[in-house]
This record gives sequence, C-alpha cells and structure tokens, in this order.
Amino acid sequence: MLSVIVFLPLVAALVLMVPTVPDRVARWTWVAVATVDVALVAVVWANFEQPAEGQLAFSERFQWIPGVGSSYYIGVDGLSLPLVAMTAVIYLACAVYSLRAEDRPRIQAALFLFLQTVSLGLFVAADLILFFVFFDLSIVGMYFVIAGWGHGNAARSALKFFLYTFLGSLALLLGFIGLYVSADTPTFDMVELTRMMPLQDNPLVGGLVLAAILVGLAVKTPTFPFHTWLPPAHTDAPAIGSAVLAGVLLKMGTYGFVRIAMPMLPDAWRDWAWVIVIVGIVSVLYGALVGLGQRNLKRMIAYTSVNHMGYVVLGVGVAGLVAASSDAARRVAVAGAEFQMVSHGLITAALFLLVGVLRDRAGSYDLDGYGGLAAPAPRFATLFAIGAFASLGLPGFSGFIAEFQIFSGAIATAPITAVALLGILITAGMFLWAIQRLLAGKTRGGSLGFRDLSRGEFWAPASLLILSVVIGVLPRIVLDVVDPATTVLTELVGR
Amino acid sequence: MDAGMGMEALALLPEILLLAGALAVLLAGSLLPRNRLKAVHTLAIVTLFASLGAAVIGSAGIPMSVFSGTYLVDTPTQVVRIAVVGATALILLASRGSIAGSARESEIYALVLFSATGTVTLAGAGDLLVLAVAFLLASIPLYGLIGVVGTARGAEAALKTYLLGALFGILLLAGVTLVFAVAGTSVYAEFRTTLGDAPPGVAVVGAVAILSGLMFKAGAVPAHFWVPDAAQASSGLVATFLTTVPKLGAFIAAFRLVDALPDPAGAALFVGILAVITMTLGNLAAYTQEDPRRLLGWSTVGQAGFLLAAVAVAPTSTLALPALLFYVAAYAVTNVAAFAVTVALPGFRRLDDYRGLASSRPGLALALVVALLGLVGTPPTAVFIGKLTVVSATWQGGAAWLAVAILVNTVISLYYYLRWIIPLYRRAPDPAEPLAHVVRPAAANGAMFSAVLSVLLGIAAGLVFAVL
Repeated sequence: MLSVIVFLPLVAALVLMVPTVPDRVARWTWVAVATVDVALVAVVWANFEQPAEGQLAFSERFQWIPGVGSSYYIGVDGLSLPLVAMTAVIYLACAVYSLRAEDRPRIQAALFLFLQTVSLGLFVAADLILFFVFFDLSIVGMYFVIAGWGHGNAARSALKFFLYTFLGSLALLLGFIGLYVSADTPTFDMVELTRMMPLQDNPLVGGLVLAAILVGLAVKTPTFPFHTWLPPAHTDAPAIGSAVLAGVLLKMGTYGFVRIAMPMLPDAWRDWAWVIVIVGIVSVLYGALVGLGQRNLKRMIAYTSVNHMGYVVLGVGVAGLVAASSDAARRVAVAGAEFQMVSHGLITAALFLLVGVLRDRAGSYDLDGYGGLAAPAPRFATLFAIGAFASLGLPGFSGFIAEFQIFSGAIATAPITAVALLGILITAGMFLWAIQRLLAGKTRGGSLGFRDLSRGEFWAPASLLILSVVIGVLPRIVLDVVDPATTVLTELVGR
Repeated sequence: MDAGMGMEALALLPEILLLAGALAVLLAGSLLPRNRLKAVHTLAIVTLFASLGAAVIGSAGIPMSVFSGTYLVDTPTQVVRIAVVGATALILLASRGSIAGSARESEIYALVLFSATGTVTLAGAGDLLVLAVAFLLASIPLYGLIGVVGTARGAEAALKTYLLGALFGILLLAGVTLVFAVAGTSVYAEFRTTLGDAPPGVAVVGAVAILSGLMFKAGAVPAHFWVPDAAQASSGLVATFLTTVPKLGAFIAAFRLVDALPDPAGAALFVGILAVITMTLGNLAAYTQEDPRRLLGWSTVGQAGFLLAAVAVAPTSTLALPALLFYVAAYAVTNVAAFAVTVALPGFRRLDDYRGLASSRPGLALALVVALLGLVGTPPTAVFIGKLTVVSATWQGGAAWLAVAILVNTVISLYYYLRWIIPLYRRAPDPAEPLAHVVRPAAANGAMFSAVLSVLLGIAAGLVFAVL
C-alpha cells in the first residue's frame, strides 16, 4: 500500500517523460495522480492503528543490500503519517495551481511527480540509506525546479541551494555511517538502531555523530546559522517550487530530528539539549527580526520559515532537558513541534502559492510597489489576509495549537525559553504591516489592473488554509495520531 | 583445486581469448583492404563477447589458483574480467564509426585488446613476476594508443605517458626485486611465512615501490600527470578506454599486495595518504578546466583516490574488498557514460558548447546529468553505493579520517560537475556552425545505455553484493 503511494507518482513521471504527451494531458495527469495519492493516504489514515513500540504500521520490507545491512523498509507511525498526509495534500494543491501553467508544463509535471515520490519516500523510510537516498534526490529535484523554472538570479540561487544542502547531506551521511559502524551488528535499520542505541556509552563519538547529523538536518531545516541558502532559493524559485520547498522539504530536516537524532542518540541529545534549545530560540528571533526588515514579500515569508522552524527546534530541544521537568511538559512540547511541522507546511505553502501570483501579474514582490490590492483583487486579499493571520498564530488556526503546545511545554521546563515569545509578537507586527502595505490604502503601482485569482489559483491555497482551520479547531484529528508516538519518543529520549 | 595442466589453461580461457583475438585483429588488419576494415571491428567485438562468456561460465569453478598459485581465479579476478571486458565492449560499440576509415583502425583495436588482457592479468596476478609482466602488457599499448592520433598534443601526451610509465615501471621492478630478495619467493600466498623474518624495512620499501608503480596504472598520485593530458589529447575512444579500463586491474593488484603482507600497517598507511592526496588534487585541479575531456581526466584522478581508500583498509575491514569490487564496476559504467557523451558530440570541446543541449538532445543531456551526478555519488546510482560502502569500510577499518576526507572531497567535486550541468539547461546560442552539431548516434546510444546501467546497478546492488 505505502509502496503504491510512494511510487505511483514516479511511474506517472516516467510516462510524462515521453515527448509526445500533449501538455493538456500532462497537466490533468498530474492532478489525477496527486488526487489518487491523497485518496490512498486517506485510506491509510482511516485504517491506521497505533503500532506497538518498536514497530511500524503498514510496514513493507525486503532486503536491498544485505552485505551492508540495508533494506527497503518502509512504514508509518504517528510521527510520519501526518507528514505523509500533508505532503500529499501540498502536491495536489501545486498540481491544481499549475493547471494553467504555460512554461514546459509536461516536464514540470514530471519533475514535481518525481519530487512527490521522493518526499513521500523520505517520510515512510525506515532505513537510513533509504532515507538518505530520498534526502539527496530531493535536493537534485529541487535544484532543477529552481534552475529550470525560477526567475531573477535562478541559476545562482539554485547552485547555492545545491552546494549548501548537499554539504549538509554529506554530514548527515557521515553521521549515518557512524551509527552503522558503532552498532553491535552493523545495520542501517532505523527500528533496530533505535532499539540498540549504538553510542549510548560513548559520549565523545556519540557527540560527534550527533553533531554530524545535526549539521546535516540543520542545513535542511534550516536553523540559524545554516539558513543563508534559503532566502535566495525562495525568492528565485517558482511559486509551486517555493511551496514544496517550504511546505515539504524543510520538514525533512525537522523530521530527521524526531525520527533519527532523538531516539537513536538519546544520551548525546540530552547532553546537547541546551545548545539545541538556544539554536531554536535564536532562529525564532532572528527569522522574525530579519523578516520584519524585508521589502520583498517572498523573502519575508521565507524568513518566517526560519522563525517557524525555530519553534520546532525549540520544542524538540526541550524534550532533551530531562532533569528539568516532568515528562508531561516535554511530551507536550514534542507534540507541539510535530503539530507545527504539519501546520507550517499547510500555511506557508498556501502563502507562497498566493505570493507567486504577484510576480505573475505585476512582475515584482516588492511590497512598496503595491497598495490597495483589496479593491481590484478581493479574493487574493481575503486569502492572503487569512494566510497571514494563520501564520502569525491566531487562535482558530493550526499554528496557534502548535505554538501554544510548544510554549507551554518549553516554559514549564525552562522558563527562560519565554524569550522566544517575542518572536510571535514580531511576526504578528510584520504580517499586519505587510497586509496594510499590500492590501489597504489607495490602489496604486502594481495593483492597478491586477487580475484576481483564477479558479485553480484560488482553490489550491484555499484548500490548504481550510485544512489549517479544520485542524486548528479540531486538533484531535491530528493529535490522536501524534500523541501516542510522541509519548514513546519522549520515553526514548529519557532512556 | 587440484587440476591438470589442461584444466589450468582452461581457467585462463577469458585471457587467452582476448590475447588470441588481439593477434587475430592485428593480422586481419594487415591483410584486409582498407575498405573492409569493418570486419575487424566486428572481430574485436566478437572476441570481447567470447571472453565475457567464458568468464561468466567460468564463475562456477571459483575460487581457484592455477600454475602453483601464481595466478588467482577468484571473485576479484572475475569482477575485473567482467568489468574490463564489458567496459571495453561498451566502448568499442559506442565509438563505432568514430574512427572508421582512419589509417590505424585495426591497430587501435589490437592495442586496446592487448591492454585489456594486461589489465585482467594484473588483477589476477598472485605472483610478483606475473604482476611485472601484466604491468608491461597493460602499459605499453597505451603509449601507442595515445600517440596514434599524430597531433602535437598527442605526441606530447604520449611522451609524457611513456616517460612516467618507464620511470614507474622501473620502480615497480625494483620493488619486485627487493621483496623477492628478502622473501625468497615471489608468490603472494607465501609472504606471510617468508616475509615474517625478513628485515621489515626492506620489505616495506619494496612494497611501497611496487605500489608506487601500480599508481601509474591507477592514475593516482604520484604518477597521475599523464591522465588529464592523455584524456584531452587522444581520440574519444582511446580517452574513454585509458581513463576507465587500465586502472580497474591496478586497484585489485594493490589490494592483493597490501593484503598479502604479514605486517601491512605501513603499506596501508602509505596507500591511505596517497588516497587523500590523489582525491584532493584531482578534485581541485578539475575546478578550472574548460575542456570537458580534461575535466573528466582530472575527475578520474579524484575517483582513483576514492578507490584507493578501500585499498588502504584492506587488512582491517571485511567490507573493503566487496566495496572496492563494487566501486570498480560502478566507476567503469559511469565513467564510460560520461565519456561517451563527449564522443557523441565531437564538436563540443568547451563546457560552454553544451549550452542548450537539454532542449536539442534531451536524452543525451539526461544521460550526461545521470553520469555526472553519478560520479558525484548521488543516490541511487551505482557510484553512490560504491562510495557508501567504501566510506563504511574505512570507518570500520579504523580510518575514520579517510571517511571524512572522502565526504569533504565529494562536496568539492560537486562544484565542477555542476559547472558542466548548468550550461545544459541554459538557452542555446543561435544555431552555431554546423560542425558543432554533429552527433554520433552509436556513442549517444552508448551513453544513454551506460547511464541507465549505472542506475540499475545501484538499485540492484543487493544482488551484486550477494556474489561478492
């Protein structure tokens, strides 16, 4: 079942590589395949039962390279299933959004279907090599998205993105190999490694291996100070590229924390928890402050990603402060971090899809070049305002649940983390100011003659925002799946 | 396995077929008129497939050693046989037409077959004297192959290769003499008993001298200078052959020697240091190259460093041998794919010439992307699995510094491979002179086939590792 979900898009991508496929067929094939994938994920979600500790639901496994202890091993649990669902939804939104794309639509559809396979594969992988394969291929795929369909200084931004994240991926690989050779019976099996905790009695090597893995994941996430590739990549990427990059690819970094770093190296994680917490707080504040200073709206949203990912890092870092507080508080923080991954994916993907329309219509993201957009483009204005409020963490949206959980867990554990609350305040100011500059006032500049959203451009971000409201009002839908898994994870870190 | 003389000769059938084929090609080339030389190409291909078939059929009998342990027919030899013969066949098929009608066509095929024979023998050698003969058989044809183009650059590259080859050949022979003198035998299998009492300094100096000589074949420091020149100056067929095939045997030969020493720590460290210098130098030197073949020439130097890292942990890691063997095969396929693209586009001599290839020849451009990203070590291509296992082996063998060096170098290498990928997706200049647009279909097909093969080999890595 999971294999079908993962590889169906790839099969479709290969079909779309055939040059004789008409553009129209390619666009609708993309939408159809993405829809089927969402439906299949819904079936998995409906039939999902929490697996016992040390097991995965819907798991599939066969030997891949037995000589080095690597197998094709996939499965889902409460940590991965919400991300799988989010991924499938975001790719469907991108497909719908691109129904009127004109620039090489067949190849674009093939490339995004390939990326969909890679993203879904990463979240279901239960083998480190399999994880790495998807991790690296996501970089390659996104490189071609930015270089091929980007604008501005796309070639340069794509190159920077590639070099930076590839460097990170190799640090990650080094860490994986460190885990592999330190295990009693060398293996890349994540479940086995979680059980064995190979470097438990070796703080020095354990710390180095964790450092390698953290650097690799931090570049991808990205956290301060490894974020410098992100703003140019986002600014020059096409709208759907930014949506996938921020919505899905960034989660690969934070997912690595909860799937690999925390459960496999709990000792080292606890030793370094304070460093991680501080990196999280700095990312929160830095992302918010630099975002505030941006005139380019797309760049501003890119920096809010640094800010929002900072909350996730803060949440998982707090989980390592075992001595400081009760299990309950740490559990809430981790659940909040997991919830934030899903929430940020939905909201930021929607925002990037919306902002992409600005360039499409008026060729610029410059906030000062617009004004009074609400008059000519009410649908755009409504959705953008909703997205902005969702992103700043207004109650009723998913972001509120996530940040509320992270902060209640974090502050109960380490009161000093309340500093990061400033981040919420700053992003709130930033978004309100952006709304005012962009939507309110007299219609001028790029807003003149602005054509409002087409049906696809409307429904793609709208459906993502609706989902954000649904899980913001009824968080149990997600938390029922997440909570048992984060409980187990908190115990694992406490070992 | 105890076998009669006839059986022993039969175990060498793949090598014998290659040698006989080389002689037959040489004779046929002298006797046939110029316009019938197509038959020679066919003869060379048939020879290679016959040898490949013999090697595959012979897999049932391994491992065995023949002629009193001087030649080893085991898994490493089998892998090199299949990789060398397979890669050579692929190269000859892909370059069909590229040298057709040239005055030296049959000689080139004969020299290629001779060198391939020498390379396989190098891998199978279980005795220092066989090693020396194999070294010469694999090297001497190269000088002719490089010089045969007859250009000034070709002559320079041939002379450079010849001088380096002679120098390091002498070094190898000197090393053989030293080790033979203190061990009293030239058979590897006996070193563990006979070298134990020998003066350790002499044995190490001898081993280091032999290993240095082998570095000429491997295209590694300190004997790497000929590689970029030869890759740039010679014809596409020859450039592909000499950067891919001869080194396959050299790594196995070095592995066998290091593994046979009773106290291998010194020699292993020597190889490890050479590995780091080789990969760093090769990757840094590739940075500024504008000629794609020269860039690939330096890239093969970098790859040689990665392969040597597996040799350096031969005595300490059980994973080293399977990792090396897999990487050898993966490297051969991927390198052939990248070079075949340059053969397919003979008019493109600068990276910038490749602008717009993705829109004019999407299949070929994709093959090049797969090959170059493959050489970087991007999953799921075969080189990724090779690199992954080599890195694991070095760490397992207690040389984590080698693992770090490999990964750092991989990042360095990414940059210059991307320098070649980027123009593919740029907009093409106005239709340039017609010469630049000559595409050789055989080479294009060869490139695409090899690129697909490199991905399949990576995905099917488990099946391959099962027999290593």
